[in-house]
Amino acid sequence: MSSTENVLSPEYKEAVTNLLFQLADDDFLISYRGSEWLGLAPHIEEDVASSSISQDTMGHAAMYYTLLEEVGAGKADDLAHLRPAQERKNSILAERVNGEGYYMETPQYDWAYAVVRNFFYSQAKKVKVDSLRQSSYQPLAETAVKVNMELYYHLLHWKTWFVQLLSSTDEAKQKMNDAIDLVMKDFGDVFSYGNDKAAIESNNLIASEEELKDRWKANMAPIFESLGLAVPAIPEAPAKNGRNGEHTEDLTTALSTLSEVYRLDPVAAW
Amino acid sequence: MNTSIESANKQVYEALTNVKDPEIDTVSVIDLGMVEEVITEGSRVKVVLLPTFLGCPALEIIKKNTVNAVKELSFVDEVEVEFVFHPPWTSDRITDEGHKGLRAFGIAPPPEHFEEDGSWHVDCPYCGSTYVTMENIFGPTACRSILYCKSCKNPFEAMKPVSTMM
Repeated sequence: MSSTENVLSPEYKEAVTNLLFQLADDDFLISYRGSEWLGLAPHIEEDVASSSISQDTMGHAAMYYTLLEEVGAGKADDLAHLRPAQERKNSILAERVNGEGYYMETPQYDWAYAVVRNFFYSQAKKVKVDSLRQSSYQPLAETAVKVNMELYYHLLHWKTWFVQLLSSTDEAKQKMNDAIDLVMKDFGDVFSYGNDKAAIESNNLIASEEELKDRWKANMAPIFESLGLAVPAIPEAPAKNGRNGEHTEDLTTALSTLSEVYRLDPVAAW
Repeated sequence: MNTSIESANKQVYEALTNVKDPEIDTVSVIDLGMVEEVITEGSRVKVVLLPTFLGCPALEIIKKNTVNAVKELSFVDEVEVEFVFHPPWTSDRITDEGHKGLRAFGIAPPPEHFEEDGSWHVDCPYCGSTYVTMENIFGPTACRSILYCKSCKNPFEAMKPVSTMM
């Protein structure tokens, strides 16, 4: 794997690097938001399950950052902790806060939002990872096989919550529908490759934005149908595109919290 | 220094049977099917390992223990441990010896078969009963689930099956 650095053309390497940043930053931020739920989930088994999912997902981010290190983008830990918000390529959805308040004080987190965000995100990740298994970049294709095995359980978990809460009381349904609206508002850049669309797609690193959107809708259709609902539309043009470094204040505060310890002593061995 | 490569490799594999899972001391990295390759060149040894789950925090400990165990061998000066992701670790790599070791620890080994819908079943590692319920597909570590035996009334854990078919 370490020899790949030398044989890639500069254009190809740039496309790989940009895609890897999108994948890495997505998983890194969403797992950070997941970790803020620790101790706050609706019951203890859910606390075990959702924190286990966050741990897996942080592992996936670490793998992508390691692949970035291998193409010479910098040290994996530094890439995760030290890059400022405007250099991040995660989708807006992954950086959003869990709800009102701060987890150390009086968090008023919204479980319906957590369920919908994680389910929709996991399904999006699933169609991406399925496509990445055929990526022209072999190290990424191999990583995708491994990620996919763990993702199976994540998707199953969030789908179960999603279907159960939408089959529950009127209050639950109302909260879930509000959460669906909120999540879909931020869904415009989830399948976007931003300004790198042409380079990423033409190098056969992953399927096109349009194909992935169609697969996501096709996977969601039977579930929504069973609940008597229509699959919500994915916004055509995102208000802000995280893939191009456009972000909300939520990302800035997340980065300052999550990198606080690392920045105290960046040369410490972990 | 004139140890033949074959017998050198054999010694390394023997040493690796002493590298236990940091949390489950009845199974080694060999039993778990984590050892992909051993390369011996004179006094230099490289051990290639497959991580079970990508976010597993025990990997660094396993790496350190592997280095220490192999260094004990008289002909070894340098030990390198590399984690690779291809081929991916799958739960069917756990050996028969590994299955025994897991049961001895109170952990059900992964199932041999999957149903067509992807579901799976394991028996109680204590009493062998098939009358068990799943409490939580996620467990205390990334690789384990939590179950309960309705026969002997014991909670137990199971190695979470992972396969490339998923």
